[in-house]
Amino acid sequence: MGALQSLPDEPEYRDLSEKTGFSFEQIGILHKRFKQLSHNEDTLRRDDLNTIPDLSCNPIRTQIIEAFFDKRNFHQNGEGTVQEISFEEFLVVMSHFRPPALDMTEEQREIIRREKLRFLFNMHDTDNDGTITLEEYRHVVEELLSRSGALGKETAKGIADAAMLEVASISMGHMEPDEFYEGITFEHFLKILKDIEIETRMNIRFLNMDTTNLCK
Amino acid sequence: MSVRVVLHSPSGSRSFLERGLLLLVMLIFLEGTVLTLGAASSPDISAQDNTGGHDHRGIAGSHDHTNYTYTKKAFPVLSLDYHHIQVPFEISLWVLLASLMKLGFHLIPRLSSIVPESCLLIVVGLLVGGLIKLAGEEVPPVLDSNLFFLCLLPPIILDAGYFLPIRPFMENIGTILMFAVVGTLWNAFFVGGLLYAVCQIEGTYLSQVELLPCLLFGSIISAVDPVAVLAVFEEIHINELLHILVFGESLLNDAVTVVLYHLFEEYSGAGEVTPMDVVLGVICFLIVSLGGIAVGAIYGILAAFTSRFTSHTRVIEPLFMFVYSYMAYLSAEMFHLSGIMALIACGAVMRPYVEANISHKSHTTVKYFLKMWSSVSETLIFIFLGVATVAGPHAWNWTFVSVTVILCLVSRVIGVVGLTFIINKFRIVKLTTKDQFIVAYGGLRGAIAFSLGYLLDKDLFPMRTMFLTAIITEIFFTVFVQGMTIKPLVDLLAVKKKQEAKRSINEEIHTQFLDHLLTGIEDICGHYGHHHWKDKLNRFNKKYIKKCLIAGERYKEPQLIAFYHKMEFKQAIELVESGGGVKLPSAVPSQVSMQNIQPKKLPPPVAERALPQFTKGREEEIRKILRSNLQKTRQRLRSYNRHTLVADPFEDGWNDFLLKKQRLIELEKKMTEMSNYLTVPGAIPDSPTMCRARLASDPNAFYNIKASSDGVPTIQVDLASPQSPDSVNMLNEFSKEGHTGQGLGQREGATGKGLGQREGATGQGLGQREGATGLGLCQREGADRDEDQGLMMKPAGKGEKGEEEGGNKNPGLMRCLSDPGPSNEDEEDEPFLP
Repeated sequence: MGALQSLPDEPEYRDLSEKTGFSFEQIGILHKRFKQLSHNEDTLRRDDLNTIPDLSCNPIRTQIIEAFFDKRNFHQNGEGTVQEISFEEFLVVMSHFRPPALDMTEEQREIIRREKLRFLFNMHDTDNDGTITLEEYRHVVEELLSRSGALGKETAKGIADAAMLEVASISMGHMEPDEFYEGITFEHFLKILKDIEIETRMNIRFLNMDTTNLCK
Repeated sequence: MSVRVVLHSPSGSRSFLERGLLLLVMLIFLEGTVLTLGAASSPDISAQDNTGGHDHRGIAGSHDHTNYTYTKKAFPVLSLDYHHIQVPFEISLWVLLASLMKLGFHLIPRLSSIVPESCLLIVVGLLVGGLIKLAGEEVPPVLDSNLFFLCLLPPIILDAGYFLPIRPFMENIGTILMFAVVGTLWNAFFVGGLLYAVCQIEGTYLSQVELLPCLLFGSIISAVDPVAVLAVFEEIHINELLHILVFGESLLNDAVTVVLYHLFEEYSGAGEVTPMDVVLGVICFLIVSLGGIAVGAIYGILAAFTSRFTSHTRVIEPLFMFVYSYMAYLSAEMFHLSGIMALIACGAVMRPYVEANISHKSHTTVKYFLKMWSSVSETLIFIFLGVATVAGPHAWNWTFVSVTVILCLVSRVIGVVGLTFIINKFRIVKLTTKDQFIVAYGGLRGAIAFSLGYLLDKDLFPMRTMFLTAIITEIFFTVFVQGMTIKPLVDLLAVKKKQEAKRSINEEIHTQFLDHLLTGIEDICGHYGHHHWKDKLNRFNKKYIKKCLIAGERYKEPQLIAFYHKMEFKQAIELVESGGGVKLPSAVPSQVSMQNIQPKKLPPPVAERALPQFTKGREEEIRKILRSNLQKTRQRLRSYNRHTLVADPFEDGWNDFLLKKQRLIELEKKMTEMSNYLTVPGAIPDSPTMCRARLASDPNAFYNIKASSDGVPTIQVDLASPQSPDSVNMLNEFSKEGHTGQGLGQREGATGKGLGQREGATGQGLGQREGATGLGLCQREGADRDEDQGLMMKPAGKGEKGEEEGGNKNPGLMRCLSDPGPSNEDEEDEPFLP
């Protein structure tokens, strides 16, 4: 465990571990990666993430990066964005992707589910008004299809519209022609994605081994 | 015999009576089989007759030439030569029996909700076997290994491979492999070894059984059977994870079974096994499994590549797929590679590419054929299991059989629990105790084990009959006891079930979104994990493989768009089938219309009305005309052609879909330009969905758009074609009728066009027709208006001519208005009058 030896001081890690649920090894590895990305600074900027080569082909790159600088994801009831994040905030954002424990009660499962979906919701709801409007949703789909050339743009609009219509019909039932559906609220968001088992899917494996030197 | 039948069928409720009747019908057929078997068993008689007749004729021919014709037997007007058709006839009878049984069980829902179909089929097989035996005939070796492995098994496996849910399969591949390889090995050695130990105990009279045959038996009996698992799991609707775990295991353990089988068979003659042989065995396993996958993948790619060029011979498209898959299976079997893995690989590899290449109809054909073959095969296999049970020579040994059954159960439980303990350390989503129980309990054995046992050499394995008996008992135990109790147990344990709901577009968007998100997070963390590699593979696939294997432009299509198109297409088909030609539902049938979600965009600049609004009755009329025209063009059949199907405008090739869509987009642009030119305000440029949705929510929307009064177009559309006097007449007539008529025509054209276009976005063929008929209609409308105003334009014949003329004279407009699809010409020729 080479990572363990490079730990700065145990108490700080204990604190982080309690806060985020990561093990010491995982924190150590993530810290190393953090240093690597930030070029040994204490804070991480957008540019540091923008230059990750693997990320460059990701169609939703900007949204992912934005999520790291979004105060709503820091568990602190803040709003708005920040210019740089410390390691702790980096960890807290990462902790949204922690796999759930083996035995959970239904309530715990539900809490985790809500947390993960809230993260997704915040990624879509860029202006933080509590709803995903049609414009925002269109933007999401456009980003998703941004790698597919000119064909994507028009279709993206159509897909977003169809999806929005679906949400409206699922969550509102019948609407009069002159009524207006403002956008997807979080409750509706929960409802339409209830068949996706987000708590078992929005996870990545945080290794206990150090692989950072393999990565670009 | 029929009396017996009546006794057999429990009387009482009506459904049981029905069942009795069905059974009766069945048994009559069976009697046929038995009789035929009787005839078959005495083929020498007819053969003798033949030769006798032949001799006689020969003699007659040689003896006196002159009387040759007189001594010849009378020409047989009707003769019976059963032997001639015996084999195919009997095969057909069996298939018929299987299908009838399948049909019969579905008539009795109550029964099939308690007892799984597989059990019922085995019982039927037992009855049939009993009948054949009662008739004093030799029971045919129905589960003969060649028949089973070369004919019955491949369809089921191909079906499984083709429809394999790739995503959960790949996500759980580690667990599946663990169960399939390590689990099967463990089972084989545990069962084999302990059986040998039991056999050595004094007093069991089994001391002549050696270790190697025991291990061989263990390896035969330890493999979970895909056929049985499919049959049972399909009925209990278990959640996707458990289904793929058990089913995937049953598919992938084939390689282990094949290798162990050949290994032990080889050495049970020779005696000793050296460590060298073990090493060879491991290598052999790798070759068998990876080789099988390679063979399958090669054929799969070949199939995909071939399907790239089949756009002109759509009828035989499906055949390519089946033949390539079967070849993959046979090629793999030729080298004793794992045929099952080859088929799975072939099906899974070719599916995404082939689906993009072949026409929608061909795809439906493929799906239906796969399902049909696999379900008939499955039915036959279970019936044959029953028949074989009656047929086979049995050597019942209480100790051996009961020890086998118990050991199988015990080893399975230990294996699953032990392996899960290890696996759970690596899994993100852990397997719970319930899951483990279902995986262990779902380990059903089936016909593959029986066929493998049947293959054993009698001389090498004197205890073959005892093995067979034990195998059959084990199969019966798992299929009947476990198969029947698993459903109540699943309910009792409240194991999560499969969600039946079809995928919504939102879920698809978020699935994609999640994939990219997770890949991104992995990249940020700096782990090259599952998602990272998947993303790499996807990009490679998109960049190179798809380009080679998919014809046309479709390879560029991202998954999300493909999904969306598929959804649209499905709805278009549904729409057409439901008969609604005018009311267009949006992408989601709902009570909510697009207006509700659209951000408050102001309606187009308001101008006062220039055109009379249609009354409801008038609209109805238009719809009627549209519909009848639609039907008419639909009903018109082309002449019969063996190589192509009669073209059906509603199901035009799925492949043309995208092309047409693109054309439509261009068209839309053109149209807006044109409508600007005509100063008729076109539809607000929106996304297609939006327009369609608006149209759906309010069919009047288009009629309500008001044209500015002086903007009523004088028809200066440069129709550009030489104007015949007739057409001039037409124009004069129109202008005589005044602005209204003309404007109306144009307006109608615009709306018709708009309609067609929107329709086009959903069902291309339909849109095309509608566009064309819409135009036709607008002309017709003009004529109608004349009549309304008492102008009595001209006799009907002339009117028709004029309209034809109109159709001819503005081909440019026609091209613009209707999608210039391939089948356009004959529409133009057609008079548009209903």
